[in-house]
Amino acid sequence: MINQPQPRTSTDDRVIGDVIMQMKDITLRFGGVVAISSISFDIREGEIRAIIGPNGAGKSSMLNVISGFYRPQEGEIWFRGRKRPAMKPYQVARQGIARTFQNIALFEGMSVLDNVMTGRLNHMNPNVFLQAIWKGKAEREEVENRERAERIIDFLEIQHIRKTPVSRLPYGLKKRVELARALVSEPSLLLLDEPMAGMNVEEKEDMSRFILDVNDEFGTTIALIEHDMGVVMDLSDRVVVMDYGKKIGDGIPDEVRSNQDVIDAYLGVSHD
Amino acid sequence: MPDQVLFGIEVVINGLMAGVLYALVALGFVLIFKASGIFNFAQGVMALFAAMTLVGIQDGQVPFSHLINAIFGTKIHHFGWEVHSILAILVTIVVMIVLAWAVQHFIFKHLVGQEPIILFMATIGLAYFLEGVADLMWGAEIKTLNVCLADGVCLPQGINGFLDATTFNWFGYGLFIDNLDISATIVAVILVAILVIFSQYTKQGRAMRAVADDHQAALSVGISLNYIWILVWSVAGFVALVAGIMWGAKSGVQFSLSLIALKALPVLMLGGFTSIPGAIIGGLIIGVGEKLFEFLVGSMIGGATENWFAYVLALLFLVFRPQGLFGERIIERV
Repeated sequence: MINQPQPRTSTDDRVIGDVIMQMKDITLRFGGVVAISSISFDIREGEIRAIIGPNGAGKSSMLNVISGFYRPQEGEIWFRGRKRPAMKPYQVARQGIARTFQNIALFEGMSVLDNVMTGRLNHMNPNVFLQAIWKGKAEREEVENRERAERIIDFLEIQHIRKTPVSRLPYGLKKRVELARALVSEPSLLLLDEPMAGMNVEEKEDMSRFILDVNDEFGTTIALIEHDMGVVMDLSDRVVVMDYGKKIGDGIPDEVRSNQDVIDAYLGVSHD
Repeated sequence: MPDQVLFGIEVVINGLMAGVLYALVALGFVLIFKASGIFNFAQGVMALFAAMTLVGIQDGQVPFSHLINAIFGTKIHHFGWEVHSILAILVTIVVMIVLAWAVQHFIFKHLVGQEPIILFMATIGLAYFLEGVADLMWGAEIKTLNVCLADGVCLPQGINGFLDATTFNWFGYGLFIDNLDISATIVAVILVAILVIFSQYTKQGRAMRAVADDHQAALSVGISLNYIWILVWSVAGFVALVAGIMWGAKSGVQFSLSLIALKALPVLMLGGFTSIPGAIIGGLIIGVGEKLFEFLVGSMIGGATENWFAYVLALLFLVFRPQGLFGERIIERV
C-alpha cells in the first residue's frame, strides 16, 4: 500500500530509510468543527514529505498535531517505533522534532546569531555555576555549539547578517533565519509550515534550493506544508493531499498529479 | 560658597544611594514583566515577606505561632536558638523559591493567555494574601534587622545613621555618607553583575531571554514556559530579598515596607518596564532628582517635595516619552 519513493534525480544518492513517524487515524475537532478527520500517513527517514491542499484543508492543524501544539481527540502518533504519549510542544522539540512557523516566530530582539544559538539550548550543559564561570565541559560545549551554529549560518548563506537584530531583516531572510534555528538543533524530523508563503519567485527558488540542500547534505527528514502545488511537486519525494480535513491523495508527485480527486479539489478553489 | 557646593555634592551622593534602593525594587518588576507580561503589584510585599522571613528565621521565631497557640492552647513563640545570617539567608532563598513555585502552580498556570488586566488583578490579590500570610506567620510588630556575614562584618544599621557614618575629608571639609548606603550600593552592583552573567552566559538565562522575547518561538526550541516562569519568579523573589534586607536595615522591618513598590512605579515609567539598565538608571535619576529638587527648590515652596517629585517627573515622561528611557520603542503599524 505504501509507495516506495522514487529517486528525485538520477544523480541522487540519498538513502530513504524506515518509517520514522506514523500518524494513525488522527482526528482533531475544535468544538463542532472537524479540522482533521481520521487521517493516517507516515514519514520515512531521509525523505521530503509534503502535505498539500487548498486553504483551510487542515494542513497547519496537522503540523501542529505533530509538533504538539494541538492535541488530537482521536488517533495515535508513533515516533521511532514507539507510541507517543500526549506531549507539550517543548517536549516534542526535545525529542528532536524542530519546526518553523507560517507567520515566523523568531526572537525579534536578538541578533541572528543569538537566535540560531537558541536552537542549541537543548545541547547545553544545565549546570548554572559551570556555565557562569565558563569552565571545563561548559566551555568546550559552548565552543562546539558556536561552531555548529556558524556552520549552519554559512550553509544558509546568512553570514553577512549574523550580528543584525532580527527585527530589521526583510521577510525572506527572516524565514531563512528561522530555518537555521530549527536546523541547528540537528532534528531527526524538521517541520516546515509554508516555507515559501509570501515570497517572490526568486526567494521561492532560493528557499527550494536550501530545502533540497539541507536534505541532501545533512540527510534531514523534512515534512513541509504548502498550498502551491507547483513548488511542492519538484521538491518532495512523497505527497499527502488534504481537502476539508480529509486525506484525498497520497503518493509520489506524479501519482498525485494525475489523481482525479486532487485535480477536482484544486480546480474547485481559486489559488494563485 | 564651598560649603554650599560640598553640601550639594553630599546631596547628590545621598540621592544616588537612595536611587540604588529604588532600582533594586524596580528590578524585580522588570524581570517578571519582561518574561511573562505580568505587572507584579506584589513585588513590594514580596520584599516585605522576604525580610520578615529572614528576621524570623534569624531570631528563631516559630512560624504561625499565634495560630498554633490559639488552636492548641500552647504558649510557644521561639525555638530558643539564633540562626547565623548566611544560613538564614539561604533558608529564606529556599522559601522564596517555594513561593515562586506556588505562585506559578496555583495562580498563573491557570491564567495563561488571559488579558493583562486580569493578570494584574491576580497580583493585587496575591499582594494582600501574602501580606496576610506574613502577618500570620511572623507577627505584625516592627523588627530590627541585623545581618552579619561573619564575625564583626555586619550590615550597618540605618537607624543609627547619624552616628554610623563615614566622613571623607575633602579640601578640609567633611563629607558625611551613611555606611548603609555604601553597603547597599556595593550589594546592588554585585547583584546586577550576577544577573547579567546569569542571563548572558547560562542556559537558563538564555532561555529566560528567549521566553521574554517570544513564547511560541521559545516553545519550538524546547523551552518549558512553566519552568522558566517559576525561575523568573524565584529570581524576582531573590531580588526582593535583597531589597528587603537593605530597606529593612535602613528603616526596620515593618509593614510600610510593602509601600516601596509605589516608589518603584515612577522609576519604571522613567526607565521603561522592559529594560534592566533602565530600571537602574531610572532609579538613580529619581533618587538624585528628588534629593536635589528638595535641596534647591524645596525650601522655596515649603519643602516635602520628595513625596511627589518622582511622580511628577514620571508624568512628564509619560507625556513625552511613554516607553521610558530604555523601553522598547512603541511602533504602531497601520
